[in-house]
Amino acid sequence: MSTIKTTRRVAMGLVAAAAATFGLQANAESHGIDLAGKTVEWIIPFSETGGSAKWANFYAPLLSEALPGQPTVVVKFMPGAGSTKGANYFQEQTYEDGTLIFGSSGSTQFPYLLGDPRVKFEYSDWNVVLASGTGGVAYLPPELAAKMDGMNAAGLRDTDFIYGNQGATRLDLVPTLAWEMLGLNVESVMGIKGRGDGRLMFERGEANIDYQTSSSYLSGVTPLVEAGTAVPMMTWGSLNDAGDIVRDPTFPDIPTFKEVCEATEGCETSGEKWDAWKAFFIAGFPAQKMVFLPQGAPADAIATYTAAFEAVKARADFAEISGKRLGKYPQMTGKAAKTTMDSGTKVSPEAKAFIVNWLQEKYGVSLN
Amino acid sequence: MEVIMEALPAFGDAWALILQPVVLGYLVMGVLMGLCIGVFPGLGGIAGLSLLLPFMFGMDPILGLALMIGMVAVVPTSDTFASVLMGIPGSSASQATVLDGFPMAKNGMAARALSAAFASSLFGGLVGASFLTIFILIARPIVLEFRTPELLMITIFGLSMVGILAGRVAIKGIVAAGLGMLIGTIGEGASSGDLRMSSYDYPYLTDGLKLVIVGLGIFAIPEIISLLRQDRAISQEPQIGGGWIDGVRDWFANIWLSVRCSIIGVIVGVIPGLGGSVVDWIAYGHAVQTTKDKSNFGKGEVRGVIGPESSNNAKEGGGLVPTLLFGIPGSGSMAIFIGAIALLGSGQIEVGPAMLKNNLDITYAIVWLLALANVVGTVICIAASGGIAKLTTIRFVLLAPFLFMIISFAAFQSGQNLMDLVALFAIGFLGILMRRFDWSRPAFLIGFVLSTPAETYANQAVQIAQSQFRKSFGDGIDYIFSPIVIILLIITVISVVLGLRQAKHMMAEGDVQAGSKRAPLVFMLLVTAFIVYALLDASAIPSYSRDRTFPIFVSSVCLVGCAFLILQMMLKPENDTIFADREMDGEDASATHGLWSTLGWFAALLLLTSLLGFILALAIFLFSFMVIRARMSLIFAAGYTAAGIAFICGMAWMLNRDFPPGLLQEFFTLPWPFT
Repeated sequence: MSTIKTTRRVAMGLVAAAAATFGLQANAESHGIDLAGKTVEWIIPFSETGGSAKWANFYAPLLSEALPGQPTVVVKFMPGAGSTKGANYFQEQTYEDGTLIFGSSGSTQFPYLLGDPRVKFEYSDWNVVLASGTGGVAYLPPELAAKMDGMNAAGLRDTDFIYGNQGATRLDLVPTLAWEMLGLNVESVMGIKGRGDGRLMFERGEANIDYQTSSSYLSGVTPLVEAGTAVPMMTWGSLNDAGDIVRDPTFPDIPTFKEVCEATEGCETSGEKWDAWKAFFIAGFPAQKMVFLPQGAPADAIATYTAAFEAVKARADFAEISGKRLGKYPQMTGKAAKTTMDSGTKVSPEAKAFIVNWLQEKYGVSLN
Repeated sequence: MEVIMEALPAFGDAWALILQPVVLGYLVMGVLMGLCIGVFPGLGGIAGLSLLLPFMFGMDPILGLALMIGMVAVVPTSDTFASVLMGIPGSSASQATVLDGFPMAKNGMAARALSAAFASSLFGGLVGASFLTIFILIARPIVLEFRTPELLMITIFGLSMVGILAGRVAIKGIVAAGLGMLIGTIGEGASSGDLRMSSYDYPYLTDGLKLVIVGLGIFAIPEIISLLRQDRAISQEPQIGGGWIDGVRDWFANIWLSVRCSIIGVIVGVIPGLGGSVVDWIAYGHAVQTTKDKSNFGKGEVRGVIGPESSNNAKEGGGLVPTLLFGIPGSGSMAIFIGAIALLGSGQIEVGPAMLKNNLDITYAIVWLLALANVVGTVICIAASGGIAKLTTIRFVLLAPFLFMIISFAAFQSGQNLMDLVALFAIGFLGILMRRFDWSRPAFLIGFVLSTPAETYANQAVQIAQSQFRKSFGDGIDYIFSPIVIILLIITVISVVLGLRQAKHMMAEGDVQAGSKRAPLVFMLLVTAFIVYALLDASAIPSYSRDRTFPIFVSSVCLVGCAFLILQMMLKPENDTIFADREMDGEDASATHGLWSTLGWFAALLLLTSLLGFILALAIFLFSFMVIRARMSLIFAAGYTAAGIAFICGMAWMLNRDFPPGLLQEFFTLPWPFT
């Protein structure tokens, strides 16, 4: 399956569990930093059980092989306050020897963008070395999907929808705002622990509209679609180089929200509501997960990590192994990562004000 | 039948996968690692799996599965050691085992209790696996019948176990459960994120208290302190030799109880969303209800060990259904398990709805690896139990600092914050007082564990039901009163009625004498004050938020109970059971050391940690404890300290964890482990 040769020794007992990995020599650059014999700590501000853990656990061994000196890369979980605690901790750290990196997620970005008073961190202080995008797909039960006239969603307006929501200020604000823009009457049932619980609620027939991020859609909903118990409604789309929303490369046959919105009377793809939706979509999906070096990192260290992630991406088997685990999405390094970070962590004051006000009116959530 | 015929080829494929020497070798390795980690209270599947994760990438899937399943499967077996021998719940799965297992150890029957527990664990694991072999093929539609009202009803059924464990004064037990629920509501509400009894100025509480901390605090600290005060070994009686055969015999004599509790375990494990942390209490309640002579429960009744231990291993098997068939983890360790499966091989195994269609052979391999791991783990545990049971005969004063070290470390892992230790100490103090005044700690813990599901499911069920009623009255009624809900309702009512009738004869934590009025009344008033505070705090949440409803409801019910209790306290004479106080008579009253000086040692560890960081504080604590309290020689104390520090550092290094830093670390950068 893979071109690398990996041997593992698992030493047992209470003494130790050790592994030695021999593989592709990374294209160690002479001017970079050498991490031989060191341990890189990768802080994930969530618990061991979430999507960010999955993402970091996928990258950690690959990164270890690709960094000069093949340091051990360990993922350290620091959950609390919906990732704000870990991000605040990382803000207090300064660069020492390149053995500390941080992985953020959309749930870290949203409170930052919305001006949550607990946020003490500043993205522009950090140095991005990788940005991983993803997408999302909304889906319906077949009898409701039949009410859609092609891409026109107006036929769904007389239905009472129930949606299992993880929290008003979470990533879920992207789908709920999109549905509202289409004129759908969606009632959020709060207190869902993860999107998996939302899907279960849909499968049990209690919720009748749902969305999943791409990788969860592929593993959890595609079988339902094949069995005829779910029908995809729309994706959030993907961004092209010009910053426009185009069809999601993972789901080229499913229309985007933009297309559905254009086909549905009363839904506008311009104006402050659309701009706000797009801004938060970008923060939540194409720029969902990023890897940072702490403030004060020298250019050498940034170059070394960038080269390492590029080496990971250049592996012959990368498309295969990442497609299964992360979906077919751009894994950006260098300038592209920087651009993505900028678009994902900056929203216009108008868009912010709109969302803050919308959250207050719709859910009574006050962010001050 | 047709489904089963189709599955037959997969049976064969699965066995062919499992029965390779290398696979079995990995399974045994996993089991050994699981035993080593599970033995320590507070560390379980999550810690163990995180240790394995770095090796999973690209590993041959069946080998990786064997390693991980070996580890996960034996945690509920090995955590029995701590529950029975030390009275410390090793994990949430063996909380109920403490109630009768620990008294057995105190009576010199540790080996017997252990082997009865292990035999039950093994049997439960095997029943779980055989049940799953058939059930997994038809599980999906059945599991989908459990909607929010059904989940709420199961939660209420779990809460009804409070009725049995409430103790002699039933209202006290109910207030204790309510207190647990209120403590469970601390932090951000699940519905709209409103804060309850916490503030963003003190961020620690906004995430709520973790089960590890509450479980260790409420059970472990009171037991450790109490044993320490008496300055003796855990077992007051000499060991009864050859106990382990008796234990297996005990299990065999109660085999039908074991069968029933195993099935309870599988069923509760199968239902996603409950996490199975109540399964042992339900099984314990069942064991009590089906025993004619209830007088021995709480004093060392072997049925009280067999019931929960049969259920908790079966639950692990049941928990595979939501994990594999729906991709919904039933517990924290299952969540990591799902993540790790995606790393195996080239990622060809994807848990979720397609699992049975694409990977039926792997599914069966997982189910049977679990069964095999149970067998291997049990054999090792039974073999070791005789030796490990001797721990109960050494002076407890030599064990206690080690236990403090372990539980502090485990508690710190939940939030990696010094406040974890403060919370552990605070809950521990509450536990000490509840134990002293005979307030049911099991009831408290059940309340705490079920607080979040009870609130979430109640809010969600109400909201969805409203929407169904808007459609039509019939839809709403169908939604709320499904056949499953009605059946569960009947079972719950019967269990509550029987439970309350029987509770008077049941002393889950032993007999307690009553004494003077003052101390019990003061504690009663403090509890009431906290409940009033909870009520006021929840009332301050804006009225459109659903986050206020549950705490207001629970605290109002509790206040009625408190009022009733206070009234009784004013009317009854001071020798009434309502004034139960352990300091008046029995072990605690005749203890060599006072409560406060003993507690002071632990407080000192906490204080030193906040100043010097955990490792330096621990070194001072271990050394001075050995010299001053245990009166050992300086050389012994130095050796003990060195061994303790080496052990905890090895553990932390292996699990890749840090220790709590103190004030010193604010000013100086020290190398690990002093960071």
